[in-house]
Amino acid sequence: MHFSIQNILFLLVAVAGFGLFAWQVRKIRANILVGRDRDMSGHVNERLWKTLLVAFGQQKMFKRLTPAILHLIVYIGFIVINIEVIEILIDGIFGTHRVLSFLGPLYSLLTGTNEVLGALVVLAVAALWWRRNVKGVRRFTGPEMRAWPRLDANVILYIEVVLMMALFTMNAADLKLHGASLPGAFPVSQFLTGLLPDSPTALHVLERVGWWAHIVGILLFLNYLPSSKHFHIIMAFPNVYFSRLVPQGQFSNVDSITHEVKAMMDPSYQVPAPATEPDGSAAAPTPFGAKDVNDLAWTNLLNAYSCTECGRCTSVCPANITGKLLSPRKIIMDTRDRVEEKYNAPLIFNPNLYGKEAKHDPQEQLDRENHTLLRGYVTPEELWACTTCNACVEACPVNINPLESIVEMRRFLVLEESAAPNSLNVMFSNIENNGAPWAFSPSDRFNWADDLFVAEK
Amino acid sequence: MAELTAKRQVSVPMMADLAARGETPEILFWVGCAGAFDDRYKRVTRAFVRILEHVGVNYAVLGMEESCTGDPAKRAGNEFLFQMQAMQNITTLNGYGIKKVVTACPHCFNTIKNEYPALGGEYEVIHHSTFLQQLINEGKVKAEGGESFKGRRITFHDSCYLGRANNIYEAPRAVLEVLDADLLEMKRCKTNGLCCGAGGAQMWKEPEPGKKDINVERAEEALATLDGDADVLLNLQGVESTAPVLPAGSNRGGSVIAVACPFCMTMMADGVKNKERESDVQVFDLAELIASAEGLNA
Ligand code: HEM
Ligand code: SF4
Ligand code: SF4
Repeated sequence: MHFSIQNILFLLVAVAGFGLFAWQVRKIRANILVGRDRDMSGHVNERLWKTLLVAFGQQKMFKRLTPAILHLIVYIGFIVINIEVIEILIDGIFGTHRVLSFLGPLYSLLTGTNEVLGALVVLAVAALWWRRNVKGVRRFTGPEMRAWPRLDANVILYIEVVLMMALFTMNAADLKLHGASLPGAFPVSQFLTGLLPDSPTALHVLERVGWWAHIVGILLFLNYLPSSKHFHIIMAFPNVYFSRLVPQGQFSNVDSITHEVKAMMDPSYQVPAPATEPDGSAAAPTPFGAKDVNDLAWTNLLNAYSCTECGRCTSVCPANITGKLLSPRKIIMDTRDRVEEKYNAPLIFNPNLYGKEAKHDPQEQLDRENHTLLRGYVTPEELWACTTCNACVEACPVNINPLESIVEMRRFLVLEESAAPNSLNVMFSNIENNGAPWAFSPSDRFNWADDLFVAEK
Repeated sequence: MAELTAKRQVSVPMMADLAARGETPEILFWVGCAGAFDDRYKRVTRAFVRILEHVGVNYAVLGMEESCTGDPAKRAGNEFLFQMQAMQNITTLNGYGIKKVVTACPHCFNTIKNEYPALGGEYEVIHHSTFLQQLINEGKVKAEGGESFKGRRITFHDSCYLGRANNIYEAPRAVLEVLDADLLEMKRCKTNGLCCGAGGAQMWKEPEPGKKDINVERAEEALATLDGDADVLLNLQGVESTAPVLPAGSNRGGSVIAVACPFCMTMMADGVKNKERESDVQVFDLAELIASAEGLNA
C-alpha cells in the first residue's frame, strides 16, 4: 500500500462526485413528489418479476432486434465493467494496486471479460452513432428532438467511448509496465502495448492518466445523468417497478366525482369529509384532471425522468404516423421540462436557461400567462388527436404511460374549462339526453330485433 | 327461390319479462349503442342473436333499459358523465342480479369489465369473440351448412380495446380458424396492431389536421395484405399509397377484412370505400361470418 497525496485527492474527488449526485437526486425526488398521491404499494412479487423481465431482462427492447442487441452489449458492458470500478475505488482510496487480484483465475476471467466487453461496447456505440447520425433512423427525429435532446444523445455516446479508451489506456500501460507479472488477463490491451512509449516514467504517467480519466469520467458522467435522457440507466428500474399492473384499457376513476354522483343518486349518501391540511384548515380543492405537472400523479412524473427519448412510442402512434401534431414522446419530454422549469432544475440542463428555446416555438414562449404544461407546452390539438389506442404504452421499453397524462389533461379541458371540441359536446349531450352517443330516440333502441328470423336446422 | 330450410321468427327475450317470471338468464347480452342503432352493426347484433338462438343459450337483453356504458365520454375526459352512465347501468344490472355479461363491442366490454367494478358493478364479462370460441370448442358451432369461406382470403383487424387493452388476440383468430379460409396477418397485428382511428371518442369528431386519415392508412394495409402487394406495404407509415387500385376481383374476389368492433367496422368499411374496393373486399364481424358459415341467416 502506497498511501500518498493522490489517495487523499481521490477521496475528495469521490466524495464531491457522489455528494453532488446525491444533491441532484434529492432535487429530482422532490420534483417527482410534487405529483399527486397514488397508491402503488403491494403486489411486491408481481412487481419484482416485472422489473426482472422488462428492466433487467430488456424484454420489450427485443421487439426490435438490431437496437436491442446493440443496447444489450452496452448494458451488459456497463454492469460488468462496474465491478472493476469497485476495484478502482478501493485502489484509489487505500493506495492498493489491483486489490481484487487475490481472486486468482477468477480475476483473470473478470479483467478478460471486461476487456472483450469494452471492445464490444466501442463497436456497439459506433453502430448506435451511425444509426442516429448517418442512417437517420426516423424515430430519432421529430420536432421535440431539436437542440439539447439531439446534442445530449450524441454526448452520451462520446462519453461512453472516452470511458472505454481510458480503461484500455490504463490496462495497456499497466501491462507494459509490469509485463507478465501483472495479474489478470488483457486480451485487448496486449495488442495496444506497442502503441505506447517505452519509457517507464511515461508509462507510469499514462497508467495514472487512464486510471484518473476512467474514474473521474465516471463521476462526471454520473452528475451529467440528471440532465440527460441517460438518467434512464437508473430510473428505468423504479419506473418499471411502479408501472401499472391493471389492464391497459382500464382508466382511473376519479374518486371525488364518484362521491358527487353517488350523492346525486342517493341523497342519504355521506360524502367523506374534505381533506384538511396538517394544521386543520381545509385543503385547497384539487382541480379535475391536470393543467400543470403537479396535477399529474407522481408516477407520471417518474415516467418523465425515465424516458430514453427513443421514440418507439411516437413511431407507432396512429395519430403521429398520419401527420397529426400529437407525439407521445413530446408529452413525456414536455412534462420533464415543465417540472424542471417550475420546480428544481438539475445541474447542467436548465430549462429556464435554454430549454424552451431548445424545444418550443417563439410564440409559445411569449404566452407567459398560460405557461403551464397544458397550453404552455402541450396544445389541445395534440391531446384531441389521441385515439387512446395504447400503442405507445405497449411500445415503451421502460413501461412509460403517455396515455394517462393525455387523459388527465383532457379531463381538465372538459371538466374545468368545458373546452371540448364542439362535436364532442354534441356527443355528450346525446348521451345525457338519449343514453346513446348519437341522436337517436331511446324508444328505438330495441328496433333491431324486429322481423328477426333464424334458420331452423 | 324455394325455401330450402325452415325458418323461425325470433322473439328476443327481455330481461324485464324474465324477471317478472322470476327467472334469471344464464347470460345477459349487452347490445351496446352501435349494436342497437348503427344500421350496419345492427346486422351483427342480429347475427349474434341467431347464433345464441341456434345453440339454445339461455340469454336475455335489457332492451330499452340499456344505456350507453359511458365509454366515449370517459375517453374524451368527461368523467362526470361517464360515472352517471355507469351508476345508472350498474343499478339496472344489479337490480336484476346479473352475473354474466356478453357483448359484441370491445368498448362496452372494456368499460364494464375493468371500470365498473370500482363503482360497484362486478360481473363476469365476456367479449363475443371469446364466447364464440367457447361455442366452437364445445362443438356447438361447426361453421357447416352455410356459406363456404374455404380458400377465401381473410385478414383480421385487431381492435385496440380487445387487443392491447385486454390482451385478447387469440380468440378472434381461433373463431376465424374454423372457416377454413386463407388467413393472412397484417404486418402490424396483435400487440403491434394499428388503430382504426375511431377510439378515444374520435368516432364522433373530425380528425385533427394531418396528411392522411388513420382509417385510410389501415385500410391500405389490409388491402395490400389481401392483395399480397409488398410494395404498398413497404411504403405505408403515413404515406398515401399511389399504387394503382387493383381491378375488382383481381385478388380472387370475396376477400374479407374481419373485425370484432363496431367502430372498427365503420372505419374499415369507409377506408375500403375510399380506396374504391367495395366490389371485391368486404368488412364483416366475426359473428356475421360464423352465422353465414353455419347457415343461420333467414
Ligand atoms: C443500466 C445500464 C444501461 C446502460 C449503460 C444503458 C445505455 C444506453 C445507451 C448508451 C443508450 C444510447 C443508445 C443510442 O444512442 O441509441 C441507451 C439508450 C436506450 N436505452 Fe439504455 N442503458 C441501460 C439501461 C437500460 C434499461 C434498463 C432499459 C430498459 C429496458 C434501457 C432502454 C433504452 C432505450 C429504449 C434506449 C433508446 C435507444 C434505442 O431506442 O435504441 N436502457 N441506453
Ligand atoms: S394512445 Fe394516443 S398517444 Fe398513444 S399511440 Fe395511441 S393515439 Fe398515440
Ligand atoms: S416514452 Fe418510452 S417509448 Fe417513448 S420515447 Fe420515452 S422511453 Fe421511448
